Amino acid sequence: MTRVNLALLLLIACVASLPLFGGAYALRLGTIACMYAIYALSWNIVGGFAGYPSFATAAFFGFGAYATGILLNKGVPLSVAVIGSLVMCFVLAAALGAVLLRLRGHYFAIASLSLVEVFRELVNNATDLTGGGMGLNIPLASGSGILADATFFFYAMWGLLLITAVVVIIVSASKLGFGLNCIRQNETASNMVGLNSTLYKSIAFGLSACFVGAAGGIYAAWVHYIDPSDVFDILYSVKPIVMALMGGLGSPLGVVCGAFVYLGLEEVVWRNYIQIHSGVLGVLIIMLLLFLPHGLISLRSGMFWRKAKHV
Amino acid sequence: MSEILHLSNVSRNFSGLKALSDVSISVSRGEVLGLIGPNGAGKTTLVNTICGVTPASSGAVTFDGRDITRVKTYQAARLGLSRTFQIVQPFAEFTALDNVAAAALFSQPGESLKSAREEARAHLAFVGLDAQANQSAATLTLAMRKRLELAKALAMKPKLLFLDEVNAGLNSAEVERATKLIHQLAAGGITIVMIEHLMKVVLNVCTRIAVLHNGQLIADGAPRDVIKNPAVVDAYLGQQYAQRNAARG
Repeated sequence: MTRVNLALLLLIACVASLPLFGGAYALRLGTIACMYAIYALSWNIVGGFAGYPSFATAAFFGFGAYATGILLNKGVPLSVAVIGSLVMCFVLAAALGAVLLRLRGHYFAIASLSLVEVFRELVNNATDLTGGGMGLNIPLASGSGILADATFFFYAMWGLLLITAVVVIIVSASKLGFGLNCIRQNETASNMVGLNSTLYKSIAFGLSACFVGAAGGIYAAWVHYIDPSDVFDILYSVKPIVMALMGGLGSPLGVVCGAFVYLGLEEVVWRNYIQIHSGVLGVLIIMLLLFLPHGLISLRSGMFWRKAKHV
Repeated sequence: MSEILHLSNVSRNFSGLKALSDVSISVSRGEVLGLIGPNGAGKTTLVNTICGVTPASSGAVTFDGRDITRVKTYQAARLGLSRTFQIVQPFAEFTALDNVAAAALFSQPGESLKSAREEARAHLAFVGLDAQANQSAATLTLAMRKRLELAKALAMKPKLLFLDEVNAGLNSAEVERATKLIHQLAAGGITIVMIEHLMKVVLNVCTRIAVLHNGQLIADGAPRDVIKNPAVVDAYLGQQYAQRNAARG
C-alpha cells in the first residue's frame, strides 16, 4: 500500500473520533462530511479514473434513498435495506452505463444529467409506491434519544465511507484501475490492446453509483422524511465534481480532503454570509480552481505529487 | 503454406464513399505482405476492417479458421491480431513500461499486472527501449514512440501483425533500424502485413506485394512482378520510378 493510501485511511480513522469532541451539531456535520467524502470518492471512480464526467450522482443518491425508504416502510431491517439499495444501484448503474458510456465528453455529461431528471419524474409519478411530490415518511429506526440516534447514523455513514475508501484503494491498484486509467488516456488504444472498455466502464459506473445509493439509504433513514426535490437535487451531482477538482482529480486522498474542505467552506460561508452565501462560496471555489488547478493534493512536494496524480 | 487470413469480397462504405470495394485477398502463415497504394487508396481502412474498428459493409473476413467479420476490436486483439498505428497511440501519461504492460495484461488471459510488467521489459529490450522504460511515453521522440507501438503490438503475442507506416517520419538511420527489427520479427515466424510508402523497405522485407487503388485490389504477387505491372506504375509508382528501376535492371 502506498503512503498516500495510508494517509487516506488515517484521515478517515481520525474522523471516527469526532463523537469524543462534539455534541449533536458536530455529529451532524461529521455525518454530512462522511456523506460528501463518499460522493467524492465514488465520483472519482468514473470521473477521475476513467475520465467520464458523470452528473448522475444525484440520480443514484435519490434512487438509493427511495429504495431504502420504501423497504423500511415494508418492515425490512435498516442494514438489509441499505445493502439492498447498494446492490440495486450497482446493477442499475452498470446496465445504464453500458448504454450511456458509449457517449464521450460533454455528450456523456448531459446524458448522465438527464438521468437525474428521469429518476425524479419516475418517483414523482409513482405515487402509490413513493408518495410522489408529497414525499415519503420513514419510520424511526431506534428512537432511543437524539444523541444516540445522531451517533448511530454518524457511525453508519462513517462505516460506509471506510468501505468505499477501501474499495477505491483496491480498485486503484488492480487490473480494473489500470484499465480505467488506460481508457482515460486513450480509449482507441485500449480497445486495440484487447481491453473490453464497455465492460470496464460499466463496472466503474456501477461502483460509482452503489456507495452513493447506500449513502442515500442511510440519509433517508437519518432524516426520516424525503421528497423528490430534496434527494434528486442537482447540487448533489455538482458538489462531488467541485470537491474532486478542489482536492485533486484522480487521487482518493485528494478528493476526500476536497470533500472536507468543501464542507468546511460551505458551513463557514453559510454562517457568516447567510444572505449571499451561494455567491461567496462560488467566488471561493473559482479562486481555488484558478490558483490551485491540480487541487489541494498538489500542495505537497513535486515528486510526491507525480505519484499521486492518477490511480 | 497454410492460410491465416482470408478476405472474400470485402467492401466498406462511408455513406457515399466506397473506401473498399470487393477486396479478396489471402495471407499465408509466415508471409511478409506489403500493402501499397496512393494516399486514400483504402490501406488503413482495410486494416481497420480486419481489426473490427470499422466492420465490413459486406463480405467476410476469416482469421485462423474463424469468421471474424463482426468481432469487436478487443476480441480481434485477443485472437492474435495486433497492429501499430500510423499516428502513434500511446498512453501518454504511462511510462513506456506500463504502455507495453497494458498490452500484455489485457490481451492475454490470466495475466497479472506484475507478470505483465515483467514481460514488458523483454519486449522493450527487443525494440531497444530498455533505457527509456521508466520515462513517460509523452517524453519519447517520434522514432521511440514508433518502436513503443511495435513493443506494444508484440506484447500481445500476435499471430498476425499489421504495421501501419512504421517508417513514416523517420530519418534514414531510424528507418534502417526499424527495417532490421522487421526482418528479425519475420525470421521469428510472425506473419506480417505492412503498409509502407518507402519502396526500398518494401522490396527489402516483403515476400509479396498487394496494391490498392481507389479501394480496389489492382495487383497482388511477387515484388519484382508487381513493380513492373503497368497498372501499378500508373496508379502509384510513376513512370520515373519504373524507368529508374528498368535502368538498374
